[in-house]
Amino acid sequence: MVLELRKIAIRSIEFGSPARIEGDKLIVDPDEMKEWMLEDSRIKNVSFDIALPGTSTRILPVKDVIEPRAKQEGETFPGLFREDMEEAGSGVTYCLDGCVVTTTGPIVGFQEGVIDMSGPAAEYNVYSKLCHLVMILEKQDYVDPHEHEEVVRLAGIKLARKVGELAFPCENYTTETYEWGNIGENYNAYPDLPRVVYVYNCMSQGLLHDSYFYGRDSKIIVPTMLTPLEVFDGALVSGNCVSPGSKTTTYMHQNNACIKELFKHHGKDFNFVGIVLCPLMTTLKEKFRNRMLTVRQVKMLGADGALISQEGFGNPTTDLMIVCQELERNGIKTVIITNEDAGIDGMSESLPDSVPEANAIVTTGNSNATLMLPAMDKTIGVLKDIERVCGGNVNSIQPDGRLLIEIHGIMGGHNLQGNTLVGAVTI
Amino acid sequence: MKKILFYTNQFFGQIGGEEFAYTEPFVEEGAKGPAMGLKAALPEAEIVATVICGDNYFAENVDKCKEFIQAQVEKYQPDLFVAGPAFNAGRFGIACGESCTLVQEDLGIPAITGMYEENPAVDMFKAYCKIVKTAKSAAGMKDAIAKMSALAGKILRGEKLGLPKEEGYFPMGKRVNVFHEKNGAVRAVEMLVRKLNGEPYETELEISTYEKVEPSAPLPDLKHAKIALCTSGGIVPFGNPDHLTAASAKFWKKYDLAGLDKLEKGKFESVHAGYDPVYANENPNRVAPYNVLKELEKEGEIGEVYPYLITTTGNSTSVADATRFGKEIAEDLKAAGVQGVILTST
Repeated sequence: MVLELRKIAIRSIEFGSPARIEGDKLIVDPDEMKEWMLEDSRIKNVSFDIALPGTSTRILPVKDVIEPRAKQEGETFPGLFREDMEEAGSGVTYCLDGCVVTTTGPIVGFQEGVIDMSGPAAEYNVYSKLCHLVMILEKQDYVDPHEHEEVVRLAGIKLARKVGELAFPCENYTTETYEWGNIGENYNAYPDLPRVVYVYNCMSQGLLHDSYFYGRDSKIIVPTMLTPLEVFDGALVSGNCVSPGSKTTTYMHQNNACIKELFKHHGKDFNFVGIVLCPLMTTLKEKFRNRMLTVRQVKMLGADGALISQEGFGNPTTDLMIVCQELERNGIKTVIITNEDAGIDGMSESLPDSVPEANAIVTTGNSNATLMLPAMDKTIGVLKDIERVCGGNVNSIQPDGRLLIEIHGIMGGHNLQGNTLVGAVTI
Repeated sequence: MKKILFYTNQFFGQIGGEEFAYTEPFVEEGAKGPAMGLKAALPEAEIVATVICGDNYFAENVDKCKEFIQAQVEKYQPDLFVAGPAFNAGRFGIACGESCTLVQEDLGIPAITGMYEENPAVDMFKAYCKIVKTAKSAAGMKDAIAKMSALAGKILRGEKLGLPKEEGYFPMGKRVNVFHEKNGAVRAVEMLVRKLNGEPYETELEISTYEKVEPSAPLPDLKHAKIALCTSGGIVPFGNPDHLTAASAKFWKKYDLAGLDKLEKGKFESVHAGYDPVYANENPNRVAPYNVLKELEKEGEIGEVYPYLITTTGNSTSVADATRFGKEIAEDLKAAGVQGVILTST
């Protein structure tokens, strides 16, 4: 299987007609986009805005962030819009690099976060460095919370795919080509190197805590093998999961930092032989089942080492720990990525669960630490919702317009595929 | 010139041995005892005075001694307070820890001391002041003074301190955020390569092992017991009057349920960000089953239901805060004569 990612660098966005890409500028037509979106009768109203890096702009409550990607043959984000579907991860995929579709609008739940395009919060995530085409969605009154989530999720993906199609005529692209064989070919590719498997944890716990694999809710799958190429093509879509800091947005799936890094070392330091997707469920029985099934597949792939990325915290820390423990007990050397909840003052225990085998941990920082954000000239969305979301509280908005929040509240602020520079040390 | 106030005991202050351990605190101008070494190593600073106190006197008169030290700090206005080093001396270690904590925490002036790792005062005070690692006995004085002088110099010059292990002091145990040059995925894969190759690597987070909570023995007689309902599922009166947060709770609340048989939809709701709240909002008893407890009370299975809902949000709440909540809630319930608790989580 061979996948070519054709990347068109986008450095700014403007409204205009007809929609097109000129050099590194994306031009989109709000009327046309509105028409696309209102095809879903559950959407009452939709409007669009633009947020560019370095500007005094704040977006909240953000639900999902998606990189526009499209294919001329086959489809990106398979399983979401059509009855039939093909395996993703081969052919040519056009990617608008540096630009994203970001969904906002009235809050669905407590898990939606803040993106600041400048100031201190911009240091914490990768989103602040991207050009955002922001879609503000309002649902019809009859739409209940679960359907509300589905409406905004599908609208975001649909727009990202439509906008991605604008890249088809572009010729100024760079390419990244990835190859992936079957299990036997991969296993035998580098016989002298240790084999590494990536365990890809994804939240699977209900409204705003779900992920979608080929359009299916990950609560109703068991751990399964998948290829990195499928991930690049949108086989995994965020159900706008969990708190903003640790939310694996669709963008973070498409640009999974662990997969990118594993490919860099592949064939040099180790042989990257596979990925096992592990849904993080709520009950202990499911956790034990998924541990067994995940570790079983990692063993089937012949792994000597494993990297586990995380989504969420709290009860998912148990999944992270027990999978790590079982891998180590099977002689598979394991590194895990987690954030910490060490309290506002950093003096608390960092994690709610632990095993002694977790002896190689990368941390993306103490999420309880607070940050004072300056007031912004422009807010896209609803500022007051900060009072209700994870990382915010009723005292978040200061009388002078500044915003006091925990790192939790910043979208991608402690991304658990490690796509952030934030970490923590003990002093 | 920067000013240092120094603290030592009767022995290192050259008053005498154990027979002088009840010496009351006094102050002498300039550097005495180990402060002489500090003075030599730090020409840019002046040791303005040395406080000397007997170890037994300090141990038995902590408040008086702290008052004395505070008075000296106010008089001499030092830029830094240095105590010890105490090596493995228990009482002297506590005196150094108490005085440094007073100066650093209450008076806001940096304070450092030095101790051997097994000195019990290390665990008592490392969170409040910088304790340089020293040898077990005064044979390590030269090395201890060199390390303490180096740290003192950096603090006085306002230089940014490195990590505790680089500077040679015991970590205070405080986690602080930093920005790395490489993102987490790059660091994780590099760590994995080292682990696979059997090369040394350093975990970024040392795992703690938690105290296991032993379940209590069953209640012998439920029919006469008073039972309370607690939840970490974020169930609150509708509208969330006390603004319990969706995550990282800093308090718990107790709501009066007198006269109620259940938690009605629209009168109670979930504010917890860690689970799908739709079903809990439909029927709050799903998370906090007050209805079932009241039925069991009616049927005589339970003697009495404590007519309150005790609630917090267990989402991203730090272990330290959760432990505090547990203690506070237990005190409240014990005072109310509660014998058993149903604690629901989500």
